[in-house]
Amino acid sequence: MSNQIDTDMQFHQQALNLRAYRQEVLASNIANADTPNYKARDIDFKAALQGAASSSGPLQLARTASGHLGGGTSTNPTGAPLQYRTETQSSVDGNTVNIDTERAAFAENAVQYEASLAFVTQFMRHIQSALQSQ
Amino acid sequence: MSMLNVFNIAGSALTAQSARLNAVASNLANADSVVGADGQPYKAKQVVFAAKPVEGGGTGVRVTAVVEDNAPGRTMYDPKNPAADEKGFVTMPNVNVVEEMVNMISASRAYQNNVEVMNTAKTLMQKTLTLGQ
Repeated sequence: MSNQIDTDMQFHQQALNLRAYRQEVLASNIANADTPNYKARDIDFKAALQGAASSSGPLQLARTASGHLGGGTSTNPTGAPLQYRTETQSSVDGNTVNIDTERAAFAENAVQYEASLAFVTQFMRHIQSALQSQ
Repeated sequence: MSMLNVFNIAGSALTAQSARLNAVASNLANADSVVGADGQPYKAKQVVFAAKPVEGGGTGVRVTAVVEDNAPGRTMYDPKNPAADEKGFVTMPNVNVVEEMVNMISASRAYQNNVEVMNTAKTLMQKTLTLGQ
């Protein structure tokens, strides 16, 4: 039973982690809306969550000697691959950020994050009511 | 903590955009400064943005340089002006007022966008902190 709770909580934890990471990526895009040659990036949330939920996780580099560096990237704890956005309108300075798209995605991601938080709260409430006597 | 990085990222953008606004203010204020500190007409200043990786992940912005516009200044016929040459022409600063106004609006909108980003991140963090209550 406790294993089931753990698994359910872990799913929400992964979803929240991914949402927070995506929020960071989108904030980078908005921050660099005027930076020449900056390319807008994003993650495929669905694929990333599926990858995180499957036990295998992202491919890791094998470390066969103690001097080898770990393959994991410190910037991306979720292992979700960062992809470049297809540009809708090209600009002369090589920047591919479309501020409207980014703002919409940012707002959407914020709502999804809150939804995930609501799921966790609800989940905890269910457990609590199951634990109460009477 | 990804959500804390959002503050660093948006903060770097706020700094960069206010530097840009600073340059715009300087250019507009000196749009008619015939003689600058070096005895030459004032030259328009522009900031250069570059993406900068933020510690802990994400990409912020940094102002790498403030460059002077080397376009020739506009000339005005005013023989009574002490800065006029022998033919009576005065070289004015190369500030393009319309361009600067556009720059100003763009900087102010970008600033507002990043403030919104910070506000959203703050709300989300507060909700996360009250999780389970």
